[in-house]
Amino acid sequence: MINFVTPTLDYALLAPILIVLAGALVGVLVEAFAPRNSRAASQLFITLATLVLSLASLIRVRGKSSTAAAMDSVSFDGAGMLLQASILIIAIIAVFLLADQENFTALAAALPGSDEERTSLQQDLKVTEVYPLTLFAVAGMLLFPLATDLITLFVALEMLSLPLYLLAGLSRRRRLMSQEAALKYFLLGAFASAFFLMGVAYLYGYSASTTFAGIHAAVIGGAGNDIYLLLGIAFISVGLLFKVGAVPFHAWSPDVYQGAPTAVTAFMAAATKVAAFGAMLRIFYVSFAEALWQWRPALIAIALVTMVFGSLVAIAQRDVKRMLAYSSIAHAGFLLSGVIALNKSGLDASIFYLFAYGVATVGAFGVVTLVRDSAGEVTDLNRWSGLGKRSPWVATAFSGFLLAFAGIPLTSGFIGKFSIFSAAYESGSTAILITGVLSSAIAAFFYIRVIVLMFFKDPVEDGTSVVIPSIYTQITIIVSAVVTFALGIYPTPLINFIQSTASFLR
Amino acid sequence: MNFANMNLLTLSMLLPLLGTTALAFTPKTNVLLTKQIALATTILVALVGILMTVKFDFNKTGFQFAESREWIPAFGIKYALGVDGIALVLILMSVLLTPIVVVAGWHESEGGRWSAKTFYSLLLVLETMMIGVFASTDLFLFYVFFEAMLVPVYFLIGGFGTGERAAAAVKFLLYSLFGGLLMLASIIGIFVMATRYGNRTFDITTLAGLHTVLTPMMENVLFLGFFIAFAIKAPLWPLHTWLPDAAKSATPGTSVLLLGVLDKVGTFGMIRYCLTLFPNASKTFTPMIITLAVISILYGAFLAIGAKDIKRLIAYTSISHFGFITMGIFAMTTQGHSGATLYMFNHGFSTAALFLVAGFMISRRKSSTIADFGGLQRVTPIMAWSFFIAGMSSLALPGLSSFVSEFLVLVGTFTRYPVAAVIATFGIVLAALYILIPVQRALHGPTTPGNELLTDLTLREKIAIAPVIAVIVALGFYPSPLLKIINPAAATVISQQGFTDPAPTISEGK
Repeated sequence: MINFVTPTLDYALLAPILIVLAGALVGVLVEAFAPRNSRAASQLFITLATLVLSLASLIRVRGKSSTAAAMDSVSFDGAGMLLQASILIIAIIAVFLLADQENFTALAAALPGSDEERTSLQQDLKVTEVYPLTLFAVAGMLLFPLATDLITLFVALEMLSLPLYLLAGLSRRRRLMSQEAALKYFLLGAFASAFFLMGVAYLYGYSASTTFAGIHAAVIGGAGNDIYLLLGIAFISVGLLFKVGAVPFHAWSPDVYQGAPTAVTAFMAAATKVAAFGAMLRIFYVSFAEALWQWRPALIAIALVTMVFGSLVAIAQRDVKRMLAYSSIAHAGFLLSGVIALNKSGLDASIFYLFAYGVATVGAFGVVTLVRDSAGEVTDLNRWSGLGKRSPWVATAFSGFLLAFAGIPLTSGFIGKFSIFSAAYESGSTAILITGVLSSAIAAFFYIRVIVLMFFKDPVEDGTSVVIPSIYTQITIIVSAVVTFALGIYPTPLINFIQSTASFLR
Repeated sequence: MNFANMNLLTLSMLLPLLGTTALAFTPKTNVLLTKQIALATTILVALVGILMTVKFDFNKTGFQFAESREWIPAFGIKYALGVDGIALVLILMSVLLTPIVVVAGWHESEGGRWSAKTFYSLLLVLETMMIGVFASTDLFLFYVFFEAMLVPVYFLIGGFGTGERAAAAVKFLLYSLFGGLLMLASIIGIFVMATRYGNRTFDITTLAGLHTVLTPMMENVLFLGFFIAFAIKAPLWPLHTWLPDAAKSATPGTSVLLLGVLDKVGTFGMIRYCLTLFPNASKTFTPMIITLAVISILYGAFLAIGAKDIKRLIAYTSISHFGFITMGIFAMTTQGHSGATLYMFNHGFSTAALFLVAGFMISRRKSSTIADFGGLQRVTPIMAWSFFIAGMSSLALPGLSSFVSEFLVLVGTFTRYPVAAVIATFGIVLAALYILIPVQRALHGPTTPGNELLTDLTLREKIAIAPVIAVIVALGFYPSPLLKIINPAAATVISQQGFTDPAPTISEGK
């Protein structure tokens, strides 16, 4: 006789995720039934409303915590709340960039160069599907850092990844490159998922459980076969490290960053990082903390290589999106220090860093969408020269974001870097501290080179210009810039909030 | 806002920011108004600085005009300001030099990539940071100013300089950032150690006790992080190569602030942070540092003798002078410290005089090559005399301010490191060469073709240079007011960390 137990769900705690999913479904219905010319406006409104509503419902349940938000598979706690809030805020800022449809192809199904494509362009079709797709990805991201069951974690991983694979292929210009990027992202992502599943299997073999708590208990108990634990951690890490773009699982990121529509890149680069690091922090802090001797040395090595590799290779980039991609690899290395730290300050620092970096990233890509010529965005750095002369404000904003990436004081990046490196050093990792500051010095070189290019070089007359930003893009850039500097000058409220809130429930 | 009850340090930092805000609302085309606002602001700040000096009680030890507010309590970071004698003197120097730079460089902003508005906004922001970096009594706050001030300087050099300005600006920034990041590693080290030993704070008075719990190895490593950063700032051989390029490419006014004020942050940091936080490591590294200082003194002097460009020449002389200052600091004697601090102040003014007059000369001749000048004494006597006096101050002629400080440094060093002091004395001989050669080439002799029609200093330029020369001469004859401010602070640093002045009998040999 099988006893079927009705699952108990705490709807209040799950509301942020459910609202986003509902919003996404409404978006799908709009795609199906609303007249074509009213879709863009209503989709933007629905998406924003959904995200704001979700954020509001999240704020309503702040301070609550439960390990049984959805049986044993979802935990809601302080850290999870902060990560969800970061994802939602970043998504809200980034959605404004989607509103600029110049980014997207007119008809995703049309082959590049076909007649169909030409007519769709003439008819001025719009791919408004991007909004529901984004919402589906957001829902997956919201679930990802909350999942406390490997199966749920995997579902969330796929939920956030699949829409992103699609979104990456929707670029209006250089469509072949965009589609290639999407395919590459998808294939490599599938590999990573396979590794992840393999890790789940090993961990199940080790602990006879798929829940984080069960694995934790098995680690403490020490009864299982350590080989399986080790293999499990290793394979699961491959899946997660792929998502955060750490070396040697980074190969997709420059191509995808470059090929995807810039608005998508902005959202993906910022929000995926928060979600993936959130999940990584949770699983390592909750399940694997007591097994740290088994994974920490390897993770330290990966962090060191990631920082150095990202910073060094970024120097050689001639394309602004690729440069930002390698810079994001370097930042993934810095962020790994927070996982390695495995202490409260590491958790706090990681959450602050993720939020600060995410916002600055969205802003930086927002600027990238503005620099164009007649054939679309200009991402070749050489053609950015003299931008400061043409449009001082845009160049100033971009410099501000670059300075934040470089970790110059009075920007959010500095506080983030300081706190995350202190946390890593507090946990005893001198190597992370030294390598971290040295790769920051290398990284500063290529950030500054872009500033030099924009301000100290004369413009080349080749039709590159900065378009007048639409009100939406302006909102994105201004909000990101304000947050970046505000968090650099007076981060206290946020830091205090994180410090008093952030914790993982076991 | 209640200005009357406001802390003077905060006030002096706030004023330039208010000036910048005012500039933001000035129409771009109204260049004159822009300059007037900038000048008025800097004069106001200078007055606040003088007021502070007057109100400073030199019988008290410890920080005065202290103010402390929570900034980021989670990390124990405070917005904490305060000055001892050393910091006060340097702040005074900074706020006096800034309006002079504005007057002397009245047209400097016009050859730049951007508007005059940008130039003066950067300058005013820089002034706030210059005060802040000397006034911070919180290590983290100090670091924030230390790094953030690079940004305005970078744009001042790269945007308004001449020649290879972009490259020079980048070189300057990268060197400084590299040093700064090493220092950041050390600061994180201190922070973690302080936390571990129960006191999560950046307050430098508290941190001064930290060295008692550090292992020697740890202390040495942390010390080096700081020292390398400071040795790049106050360029010490072999970390000096950014300076000549930056000084050559920057406008004369920017160069004054760069060499006169910014580089002092390095030597100031050595006293305030290296010696105070890591006394044992300082002792360990002293022989090496004194050696580097002596090499800098001689090396800078030799390069200066060979320099063909007048701005590079001044930069090289500064490397030599910074060698003296560093030597005075690491001699660990009260005289050495007082001398070094006074030297910092005097170097600020004599370098300012040199750069400003050089700037006047260059703006007339449109060349900065020394060989292009000649016979200026005949054509432009006032300009020539100003250059001469500035040069004499640079070579520390008795009766001018630098003499007192250089003498103090040498005496202070001799009591502990006689050999170094003796070798350094050759620097003085070389100084005579590197100053007298350009004086002879540029000022005396027949007038070089093309120079006959040069005009002498205008009223504005005279107004700019007069106070500088007045300070140089006045302090040459009567340095004691400044020494009164400096001495107690210098003695405190020395005694607080367990250094003692060698007894005179011992230093005379047995």
